[in-house]
Amino acid sequence: MPDLGAYWLEVMASYVISLAILATLVVLIWRRSDRVRRELSETEARARRAERSDG
Amino acid sequence: MSLWEYANPKKFMDTTGPLVPWIVGAAALLMAVGLIWGFFLTPDDFRQGSTVRIVFLHVPSAMMAINIWVMMLVTSLIWLIRRHHVSALAAKAAAPIGLAMTVIALITGGLWGQPMWGTWWVWDPRLTSFLILCLFYIGYIALWQAIEDPDTAADLTAVLCLVGSVFALMSRYAVWFWSQGLHQGASLSLQSGERMAAAYRWPLYTCMVAFGLLFVALVLIATRTEIRARRIKALQTRARLREGAA
Repeated sequence: MPDLGAYWLEVMASYVISLAILATLVVLIWRRSDRVRRELSETEARARRAERSDG
Repeated sequence: MSLWEYANPKKFMDTTGPLVPWIVGAAALLMAVGLIWGFFLTPDDFRQGSTVRIVFLHVPSAMMAINIWVMMLVTSLIWLIRRHHVSALAAKAAAPIGLAMTVIALITGGLWGQPMWGTWWVWDPRLTSFLILCLFYIGYIALWQAIEDPDTAADLTAVLCLVGSVFALMSRYAVWFWSQGLHQGASLSLQSGERMAAAYRWPLYTCMVAFGLLFVALVLIATRTEIRARRIKALQTRARLREGAA
């Protein structure tokens, strides 16, 4: 760990807050992607079943 | 082969699917290398002390905040002129990433400004135009959420993006337009040569590429999600029509 001297709080806060924002962004985008992908699979499966029962 | 082929959602999905894991991996690797190099392996600046390490977050995030708006401007223009849905969805997907980058730039700027300028905030041209850009990002995202019809939402957000571009450009060139304020000029400039010692410049370049790749990875994932969400809506509408006809 480098010696950050008198400004350790500003430097550490910059890194912690920035990485927390980036991590939150990545998690939110990833989770929504996962949820929508699953929802699409289910919707497509329902559509296929409906087409089979119609035809 | 034409670039416009990628406006086809299926072509876009087929092409970007295999690329995403590689871009995610490259972004994660470069982000780790750049930030570890910048935080642990660079010396204190003779004037700024250890706060110089904030440059590895502040400059790449500020650069991306402006570049993402420019990307949204280009995709919005493509939507307005050629009506390609993928471009409108890409602009929509990019906005939250741009907002995150703007917030990081504003927070790290304040944390850097306090020990160096003696103030967290000042109504300096660059800081003020950046704050307005942040508000434009919030307004852009809110407008997408507020309008149900996707084509109308794409039209109105594209116009908002054109207006906001003035502030994106102003954030970039504010220091040139008004020779006042506390914020310094560009840290890296092709015209003026290198203003930064190599010990800081190379980890900074690494972080800039890492932030760029992170944006590309996230915008591809988010655009693919928007395309899937659109397909879900289309299938649900078709199912409702079928039920109505039966």
